[in-house]
Amino acid sequence: MKYKLTLAAALLSATFFAGAASAKTFVFCSEGSPEGFDPGLYTAGTTFDASAHPIYNRLLEFKPGTTQPEAALAQSWELSADGTVYTFKLRPNVKFQTTDFFTPTRSLNADDVVFSIGRQIDEKNAWNKYISGGTWEYADGMGFPKLIKSIEKVDDLTVKVTLNRPEAPFLANLAMPFASIMSKEYADSLEKDGKKEQLNQMPVGTGPFTFVGYQQDAVIRYKKNADYWGTAPKIDDLVFAITTDAAVRYQKLKAGECHLMPYPNAADVESMKSDKNLKVLEQEGLNIAYLAYNTTVAPFDKPEVRKALNKAINKKAIVDAVFQGMATPAVNPIPPTMWSYNKDTKDDTYDLDAAKKMLADAGVKDLSMKVWAMPVSRPYMLNARRAAEIMQDDFAKIGVKVEIVSYEWAEYLQRSKDKNRDGAAIMGWTGDNGDPDNFLDTLLGCDAVGGNNRAQWCNKEFDDLVKKAKVTPDQAERTKLYEQAQVIFKKDAPWATIDHSLAVVPMTKGVTGFTQSPLGDFTFEAVDIAE
Amino acid sequence: MADTITDIDNSPEVISSSAMRRQMLKEFWFYFSENRGAVIGLFVFLALVFVAVFAGLIAPHSPFEQHRDAVLVPPIWTDGGRAGYLLGTDPVGRDILSRLIYGAQYSLFIGIFVTTLSLVGGILVGLIAGYYRGWVDTVIMRVMDIILAFPSLLLALVLVAILGPSLTNGMIAIALTLQPHFVRLTRAAVMAEKSRDYVTAARLAGAGPIRLMFRTILPNCTAPLIVQATLSFSNAILDAAALGFLGMGAQPPAPEWGTMLAEAREFILRAWWVVTFPGLAILITVLAINLMGDGLRDALDPKLKRS
Amino acid sequence: MFGFLLRRIAVLIPTFIGVSIIAFSFIRLLPGDPVALLSGERVMTPERHAQISAQLGMDRPIVIQYLDYLGGVVTGDFGSSIVSKTPILKQFWALFPATVELSLCAIIIAIALGVPAGVIAAIKRGSIFDQGLMGIALVGYSMPIFWWGLLLIILFSGTLQWFPVSGRISLMFFFPPVTGFMLIDSLISGQKGAFSSALSHLALPSIVLATIPLAVIARQTRSAMLEVLSEDYVRTARAKGLSPFRVVGIHALRNAMIPVITTIGLQIGVMLAGAILTETIFSWPGIGKWMVDSVFRRDYPVIQGGLLLIAAIIMVVNLIVDLLYGLINPRIRH
Repeated sequence: MKYKLTLAAALLSATFFAGAASAKTFVFCSEGSPEGFDPGLYTAGTTFDASAHPIYNRLLEFKPGTTQPEAALAQSWELSADGTVYTFKLRPNVKFQTTDFFTPTRSLNADDVVFSIGRQIDEKNAWNKYISGGTWEYADGMGFPKLIKSIEKVDDLTVKVTLNRPEAPFLANLAMPFASIMSKEYADSLEKDGKKEQLNQMPVGTGPFTFVGYQQDAVIRYKKNADYWGTAPKIDDLVFAITTDAAVRYQKLKAGECHLMPYPNAADVESMKSDKNLKVLEQEGLNIAYLAYNTTVAPFDKPEVRKALNKAINKKAIVDAVFQGMATPAVNPIPPTMWSYNKDTKDDTYDLDAAKKMLADAGVKDLSMKVWAMPVSRPYMLNARRAAEIMQDDFAKIGVKVEIVSYEWAEYLQRSKDKNRDGAAIMGWTGDNGDPDNFLDTLLGCDAVGGNNRAQWCNKEFDDLVKKAKVTPDQAERTKLYEQAQVIFKKDAPWATIDHSLAVVPMTKGVTGFTQSPLGDFTFEAVDIAE
Repeated sequence: MADTITDIDNSPEVISSSAMRRQMLKEFWFYFSENRGAVIGLFVFLALVFVAVFAGLIAPHSPFEQHRDAVLVPPIWTDGGRAGYLLGTDPVGRDILSRLIYGAQYSLFIGIFVTTLSLVGGILVGLIAGYYRGWVDTVIMRVMDIILAFPSLLLALVLVAILGPSLTNGMIAIALTLQPHFVRLTRAAVMAEKSRDYVTAARLAGAGPIRLMFRTILPNCTAPLIVQATLSFSNAILDAAALGFLGMGAQPPAPEWGTMLAEAREFILRAWWVVTFPGLAILITVLAINLMGDGLRDALDPKLKRS
Repeated sequence: MFGFLLRRIAVLIPTFIGVSIIAFSFIRLLPGDPVALLSGERVMTPERHAQISAQLGMDRPIVIQYLDYLGGVVTGDFGSSIVSKTPILKQFWALFPATVELSLCAIIIAIALGVPAGVIAAIKRGSIFDQGLMGIALVGYSMPIFWWGLLLIILFSGTLQWFPVSGRISLMFFFPPVTGFMLIDSLISGQKGAFSSALSHLALPSIVLATIPLAVIARQTRSAMLEVLSEDYVRTARAKGLSPFRVVGIHALRNAMIPVITTIGLQIGVMLAGAILTETIFSWPGIGKWMVDSVFRRDYPVIQGGLLLIAAIIMVVNLIVDLLYGLINPRIRH
């Protein structure tokens, strides 16, 4: 009854008994079930890994391993002088996947692009509410309905997008999963059959893998798309084995039941690295965890007080206790992997005596405060409660009494936005498109006060810089503006920056060609496994 | 649990003279002590009570103090174990033994609180239903049916999600799911006793309904209630730990055993001790109480005595 | 018998309505706003919030919402998940067979081991067997099964690697679900090794889930047997010189089984609760895990529909147990 099914043995038996001659099957132990297969409807990376990346393509896509958008379904594009009209030339002869449930009769054209984006921004579009309760979270979050004036077909391979104002991050936005291009022909045939909702369950795209089947909360299967326009995948079958528990994922990886897994327990990374049969990739994630003071409430309205508290936070201890070292202490509000990261800003060093003195100088005595700890584990902050306990411990040493509070997650999100919030809140952010605007203006801009700007911090100087950068097309120029903005941020200290977590990806030794994405995507079109 | 529903008709009738009471206690102890397991359970339980009461004196460290230089230290008898941390430390360097010792306070408190709440509530509701019958009874029993139609843990889980995850709310939710058993027992006993001669006699002598219910009828159905209460005690500890394990019970850094287990889960492959000991503590406690419960049942249930 | 059945069903209806009211109002009482949760850290404008709430029908009077919901339930429409937007009933049917398979397997283990253990303990009353078996049973009964599951994973999947860690079948096997029961489907598929793979995946979770029912059944069988063995007719049978096997096996066991069957029926509810923990630990794609996940995701319609469906199942199972009880126990003919 000894059970140890190695992949080699299994492959052998599959070859032998099922007759699938030397098919290469790659198994990914994914961390959760996809919410659906229409990427426009959702926001979770788990969903995108199962839908947008294997099945679909976008006009532009991020160059593997970077946050730089490059040509994909759009071969080239032009921007009008005023920065509001984009004209995209589509790649010719891109075939949609042929599946058991749909056989395409034509290749990709402008109709597909207009359909895919149009349904997300136009309430009158027949596909705008094709699923009850369905909403276009990302298109809305990126402001597409207000930003895009029109999207039109010029000819079969040309699409024109007109914006209401210049927007520098627009191309990066189009490379995001929600802007995946679907088949209008498929949608039409579903509409005719009265099975619109199937678009979200049985997807058809142009991507490297063809959808085969999904068994709820258990397995998703794909096969190689034989007609793929790009470099053909090296594996024949791709399997997502949904395994929600990180410890269990690790077990399966060790037992050879899967080739690669996301999000290991920080506690296990050490032993993964020492395992001869595994290799481990790591990269700084495109994220930040921070403690946002409420800069409108005394005494936290004084930068000196905020700076003093920042000096009393032992980031190293937090990184060790919460991430077992699998994170780096954060200095700037954007992660070091992002362009325009300012290497020259200085962090507030951990120094309890100095912190105590600074507090006394600022005339603050017997301070007691609340620290809000998120109730959920996020990639940028695995255990906010534990981090808060460490802050509590250190703040006590400089005479600041801390009460840790927490709410249910939706409640927490809601209440932490409140302008009159009592206390400093632990929060974080994972980048969407690799653009600094997506951190600096989204989280710290003046118009985000009462919303995403949880420090309620409105600094004119800072805001002018990031607003200017938003409409400046030239990246070198933008870089300079963002670098300046970071200096102002550090000086005024609306946040205590806590950490950027490392994205750690363990895989079996035989896996090659996997590139870690700074955006945290898992894509398998280039992977191969040694036999 | 069906195996503990005792035969009410055979409950010993109380004769209220102190001599009789002493005699009964003596008899009770005789039967109870015949069951070796029950006596062991009793001693373990007493030891737990002692540990909980004197936690401050016994525990080598504070359960909250973080020894940053001693993170995830294994137990003392293994390689890498360190003096001062008998059972090792957790991911932020807190002494596990001390946390377990303080955790005993939580578990006993949970048991007592939940049992009291569900017992008192269940008796009151059961007395009312059994005494008044009619539509009051129907409504009450329907509500109990509804509660029993949900798996208790699921009901508690959703209730806690409503009330907000905390130990207090978890205890209230568990008490609510345990309470129908007491209602049913009390109601059945009341209905059985109500028609007895001594009750009729008391009523004729002018006893009011409240006096009848509490002074005359209730003492005659204590035996099954006591047995059910012990069961509830251990169930409460288990359920609270399960809620804690699902992140819906006591919140960290409280050293509640289930919560400790939940916090430790990510370390199951790397640091077995943070997972093993809290679970063992739960098992031992629940086992001791169940052993006692068996002894109590044997001693209180004359039918089993006979066989 | 038929009249009894009708009466029982008539009692179930108000209970079911009560259950639906409870499930419905629980969800309205849940704090936290599912609409706000849709956008996570990203903030939603108040207008959009209102728009989505309206889309989900959450801005109408509560009584209307309830009646609407009940009307839907009667016609088999339990609404759709807020998170995945897929119909709840569809999700339920996709996951339910996994839970049933696990529970059935667990109850078979519990009966196959629990009944003989109870019988042996009763026959050898007071012996070392009796004490040992009942001691083990009590340990099982006191087991925090979430911890027990973790221990088994560490030992049998981690250290010894005898059993797979999670899932229902090795990923190498792929066939469309016919019945939804992996054991049956794997046989139908005809792929070699599929059945044994499904079986080995089922082993640890069903052992964990069987633990408490096993203990309860063993204890119940023992006490029922003790009672029966002391009855006159058994003594008579013994005195007549019937072989101990016949006495125990035929006469005593059959009568002792009556209360045991009730116990087994009652254990179904306990199992569903246990499945919540077991499925969570083993990532078993069943309804227990589905419910826990939904509670954490605040997927209101799923919690509501799931509560209702699970309660309905327990009620139906209890009804069947009652009927069975009537059938096997001639003394309670209705």
